[in-house]
Amino acid sequence: MKKDIILAGVGGQGILSIATVIGEAALKEGLHIKQAEVHGMSQRGGDVQSNLRISSDPIASDLIPKGCADIIISLEPMEALRYLPWLSKEGWIVTNTTPFVNIPNYPEIESIMEELRKIKNAILVDVDAIAREVGNPRGANIALLGACSHLLGMEPQKLEEGISRIFSDKGEAIVEANIKAFRAGRDASL
Amino acid sequence: MKVKKLLLGDEAVALGAINAGITGVYAYPGTPSTEITEYIQSSGTAREAGIQCRWCTNEKTAMETALGVSYVGQRAIVCMKHVGLNVAADAFVNSAITGVNGGVIVIVADDPSMHSSQNEQDSRFYGKFAFIPILEPSDQQEAYDMMEYGFRLSEENNIPVMMRLTTRMAHSRAVVEVAVKPIPRREELTFPKDPSSWILLPANARRKYPKVIAGYEELEKIGASDKGWNKYFDAPDKSLGVIACGIAYNYLRENVGMNYTHPILKVSQYPAPSDLIRKMASECDSILVIEEGQPLLEEMIRGILPAPVKVLGRLSGELPRVGELNPNSVRAALGLPAHDTHEPSSVVVPRPPALCQGCGHRDVYAALNEVLADYPGHKVFSDIGCYTLGALPPFRTISSCIDMGSSITVARGAADAGLWPSVAVIGDSTFTHSGITSLLDAANVNANIVVVISDNLTTGMTGGQDSAGTGKLEAICAAVGVDPAHIRTVIPLPKNMPEITQIIREEIEYKGLSVIIPRRECIQTAKRHAKERKK
Repeated sequence: MKKDIILAGVGGQGILSIATVIGEAALKEGLHIKQAEVHGMSQRGGDVQSNLRISSDPIASDLIPKGCADIIISLEPMEALRYLPWLSKEGWIVTNTTPFVNIPNYPEIESIMEELRKIKNAILVDVDAIAREVGNPRGANIALLGACSHLLGMEPQKLEEGISRIFSDKGEAIVEANIKAFRAGRDASL
Repeated sequence: MKVKKLLLGDEAVALGAINAGITGVYAYPGTPSTEITEYIQSSGTAREAGIQCRWCTNEKTAMETALGVSYVGQRAIVCMKHVGLNVAADAFVNSAITGVNGGVIVIVADDPSMHSSQNEQDSRFYGKFAFIPILEPSDQQEAYDMMEYGFRLSEENNIPVMMRLTTRMAHSRAVVEVAVKPIPRREELTFPKDPSSWILLPANARRKYPKVIAGYEELEKIGASDKGWNKYFDAPDKSLGVIACGIAYNYLRENVGMNYTHPILKVSQYPAPSDLIRKMASECDSILVIEEGQPLLEEMIRGILPAPVKVLGRLSGELPRVGELNPNSVRAALGLPAHDTHEPSSVVVPRPPALCQGCGHRDVYAALNEVLADYPGHKVFSDIGCYTLGALPPFRTISSCIDMGSSITVARGAADAGLWPSVAVIGDSTFTHSGITSLLDAANVNANIVVVISDNLTTGMTGGQDSAGTGKLEAICAAVGVDPAHIRTVIPLPKNMPEITQIIREEIEYKGLSVIIPRRECIQTAKRHAKERKK
């Protein structure tokens, strides 16, 4: 088993929580994990990414080689496209469709969607809307995790347990809200 | 007993240090080193052990404090980013001559590709320069294991040890097997066996220096032996040998797997193992050197005179001359074909970082821009921090950002030469890190400059760590000799714009040194504090 995942988004959107949940679940499964993160200056509203590698065998590089990512998981549609050169020919893109516009020259959203639709394996979901619908507007990142959960090679139950552990110190209500977001995201992509 | 934990490289180092029984961690925040200290600050084990972990004012005070701990026979770590070592360099270089009593590890995190830095200097040069041994882990497990090892190396050889991390090692997580219980912290005080070596009078230093050099030769032997971290993997195909340093070893293995047909020398400890390098050179037709940062080892091996063996690497163009390594650049250097992939998308545009919406620095720059529009001859010199983003649109206010504290001194120099208005913009944490001495210089000549200390009550850029001067800035300015009538405090909010611009105007027109302190909490830490209060 080997999954190379690029998590993408804009600083502050919460991609690291997605990585933490997957990492938690993988650790529990006894898998090897490497996860390179971006800290520091670029976190201030700039583009951010994390390279997450999970494998049953030891992993050498902390960074995913170009052309080798199995999945790009993105909280922002343009950011999903930024990492195309890392995606393998058979790889998947799972992205939020709501743009995060904080730059004056943000492209027409339709041109971005057109590019995304050209990718053979793409799941496009409005996780902002899904998160609002389940009454957890801040849970868009966990809804996105739900949307890609069937591609991760792990039981959804294990991921839900990961969510419970990660959010447990924030209280039962927050755990429940995130499990709800996770399931809604999963349903939307199946 | 051991347990498995998912840890950042920085956290693995931190836990390694806790488990090695340190008395304190001494550090100033700096990407990518910050999380080492933060991990210790939030560790229950560290709290129980009473490990000192409050942020220091700068890297030099941190290094010296660790030497104090060492003098009395206990263990300490010092953490900083690569440019922080420039600040700590005086203490660092001399600490090789004093030697240590309790073990000291100086952890320096380099930032090749300058993700969050102003240069990509390679700290290994400092180690070589100071005759201080270096450990350079290739993965997070090694980073953890090297802490206890490093303390023993330090104590057995009477020398501080440097651990060099790079961004990907510091900020990448992996599963690490760690001890459940730490070695107890030493409580007793023991003093150096050779106390005169700590008094660097020329006579003492002259006596000690040859010993340091002899010790460095001994350290090379240790690194190359089975007690060290350097490792030679022999293989039949001698047309090429590969030397891979630190994390570069991972990029190599990613591309060639564990059964490579060419010999590999893994370098994770310096001084570099010259005997092993000579062995490779005598057997192989060419040597590829893969190292993160600057081509230190490649240059050493290549030398100036014609070499009997072809040396490939960053200097010969097989690898990029600058910037961080990655599995792709290493793949190309090995002559392997690139993986098949998608073309970059043409609709993607850059998304540079920006000051947060609602950030007080924004109001400071808006006010400065409004006033300075009336003074076409003006320049604004700035400093290291979030507010450096004032160089970018929509503000484009600042003309310089060089090193911690330079805004004030550069503004003063420009004013000496006739520039007016000459303005400095510096953050509160940067001011106490290295700006107070700059302000003292300016006060001693009553320099005709306006110093803006944009006080957000935190060290913002690195994620909101405590700022050493919080609550003391006016007193510090007055104490170094700024006329209290020209120390002005404002609250940077859009509604206060008329007052702020009026004050800036008055202080520009005043012929002498003035300090304006716009003070409003960083909105990131304000949000966090509001959340904590709710709990």
